[in-house]
Amino acid sequence: MAKSDLFGPSLWDEYSNKVTSLMNNPQHQGEITEEEAAAHGNKLIVADFGAESCGDAVRLYWEVNPETDVIENSKFKSFGCGTAIASSDMMTQLCLGKTVDEAVKITNIDVEMALRDTPDVPAVPPQKMHCSVMAYDVIKKAASLYKGVDAESFEEEIIVCECARVSLSTLKEVIKLNDLHTIEQVTDYTKAGGFCKSCIKPGGHEAREYYLVDILADVRREMDEAKMKAAAEAGLGGDFEKMTLVQKIKAIDAVVDENIRQFLIMDGGNMEVIDVKEGEDYIDVYIRYLGSCSGCASSSTGTLYAIEAALKEKLSDKIRVLPI
Amino acid sequence: MQVYMDNNATTMVDPTVVEAMLPFFSEQYGNPNSLHKFGTAPHPAISKAIDQVYTAINASDNDDIVFTSCATESNNWVLKSVWIDKILHGEKNHIITTEVEHPSVLSTCKFLEEQGVNVTYLPVNEQGIIDAQMLRSFITEKTALVSVMWANNETGMIFPIKEIGEICKEKGVLFHTDGVQAVGKIPVDVQAVHVDFMSMSAHKFHGPKGIGALYIRDGQALSPLLNGGDHMGGRRSGTLNVPYIVGMGKALEMATENIEEKMASIRAKRDRLEDALLKLIPDTFTVGERDHRTPNTILISIRGVEGEGMLWDLNNAAIGASTGSACASEDLEANTVMLAIGADHELAHTGIRLSLSRYTTDEEVDYVIDHFKSAVERLRSISSSYAKVKPTLGGEATACEMH
Repeated sequence: MAKSDLFGPSLWDEYSNKVTSLMNNPQHQGEITEEEAAAHGNKLIVADFGAESCGDAVRLYWEVNPETDVIENSKFKSFGCGTAIASSDMMTQLCLGKTVDEAVKITNIDVEMALRDTPDVPAVPPQKMHCSVMAYDVIKKAASLYKGVDAESFEEEIIVCECARVSLSTLKEVIKLNDLHTIEQVTDYTKAGGFCKSCIKPGGHEAREYYLVDILADVRREMDEAKMKAAAEAGLGGDFEKMTLVQKIKAIDAVVDENIRQFLIMDGGNMEVIDVKEGEDYIDVYIRYLGSCSGCASSSTGTLYAIEAALKEKLSDKIRVLPI
Repeated sequence: MQVYMDNNATTMVDPTVVEAMLPFFSEQYGNPNSLHKFGTAPHPAISKAIDQVYTAINASDNDDIVFTSCATESNNWVLKSVWIDKILHGEKNHIITTEVEHPSVLSTCKFLEEQGVNVTYLPVNEQGIIDAQMLRSFITEKTALVSVMWANNETGMIFPIKEIGEICKEKGVLFHTDGVQAVGKIPVDVQAVHVDFMSMSAHKFHGPKGIGALYIRDGQALSPLLNGGDHMGGRRSGTLNVPYIVGMGKALEMATENIEEKMASIRAKRDRLEDALLKLIPDTFTVGERDHRTPNTILISIRGVEGEGMLWDLNNAAIGASTGSACASEDLEANTVMLAIGADHELAHTGIRLSLSRYTTDEEVDYVIDHFKSAVERLRSISSSYAKVKPTLGGEATACEMH
């Protein structure tokens, strides 16, 4: 909570101009008939994703050249909000001129990036991201139809959220791609858990095989392990004192991530490593406390000892931690 | 032309009301608790406002009507103080409410559940109201309070308050009603029904925001929510908000004078709008029988058109409306009322609410009919629900099962 949380912009104020203009005037809205495709000697693929009762639905049309696998014409129809229509339109445009194999690589992130006015400002607010995830799903569906592979076998289609038809693989992918930390974010991006909520955690409306809390924890653990491994590899077999400055800071960050940071965040704070200075007898690690940690009484006593003890144990006895 | 059709969210403050409020900002600004003439100058205006509110809902002089900052405060006050009085310091441990109450009731009930109170949330039928006899079967010896809204904000449906009041009286259970969508829109007579507490809000009947009230029957005990200088007979502390009290009194007097005539005029426009939309646009339906609704409200479902998209196009035509669609909410939660009615899950995504006021003109109704129709036509031309070419074999979506 802070000043900016007290009164936020309206949902629509956060749409990019591209989203607004494509919602008002979609460029690739329409249908392709069997006859039109046949007249060009092309194969027509029509794929649906979502349903009106889910809150949004999209139908994607591809006219594919059977010789080259190139998508020569593409159209869409959409039941959905402004973001769903704009991202379906952008997704359709991104498919044009690509081969089916290339099109399958288009992700919801690509669609959202293409909808941005400036590269570093999101095209839509976070809770509307799910609309672009659907654009990504329908491409995979169309590709599976074209390639004649069973949709079930095309990817691991374990449905975690029945209401929004979100698969386990989509969840894992979306969590990794977007570096999601909370169930709320997972719901914003995928819509999973946004309806009957049974899939969030045990004890809901109906028992499920998979729960979002477990999936998120597993994926986060995998990501953390990968990060630790990268840090260890950067550490020349783990000899901290022989590392370069950059490697040292990375290794310190990894230890803090693993052992300390979650507790600071729980209390509304955080910390960052500012510098590492090496002397004869000591390696001095300069840190800065953030949020509620700065000024907290324990930041110069208990918390500080805990940080120093963890770094000493994992990296080097010579470490001293100095808050600035 | 721009048309405001979101009067269940808030209303324009009547210019006559603003005029009545103005002297109490910079001319008669004294604190009514002060003994000097600056303090006593606004007393007649406050007394008049109190009379206006008592008259408007036909309260008896033995009843209390306490001004609050808003109906959210009134609702919180009743629920939290009944919890303190009857549950923490009494033998009761149960509250009954409905699934379709305003968030100020529902999230306060969730808070009380966290404190260990049992709360029953009654479901509504396809008309969007509860059955009073079903409510009776949920009342136990542990029940401290029943809280049921008088009229619903999304559907305008009017609940059987008289019948519920009688059941609560017979069972000896306190009865609170959130009267926000009823007071000023339909006749509300607290002597004709048995209600212990009723919440009201001025900005729903052309009064200012930031002022509401709680009606309390016949000296019924209720611990104060706000402790302080014992204003309002010790019921609610805080320096009296003189201009807003004056504004609420004036606004409620204006709304309830000849209310039958005002209702008939709004109802005629509402019905004309509703008939036209249903006739001109195929695949639409409205929720709730007209005679059981507040006369200003239409909740219409438009097949194949998602609510936020519809709101977008209406906004482009300078029409202000509202939707319960999950896509238009900050939290992606579909509106509880839409889900609770449950007749058709599409309603949760395709419902558009139009709410009129006594200022709505026939020209505005005509304008809305025209632009509503064009918006539906444009969005259906894009909609997958109206696409003609069918999916490739195997390309069909599995229908979304909502639970």
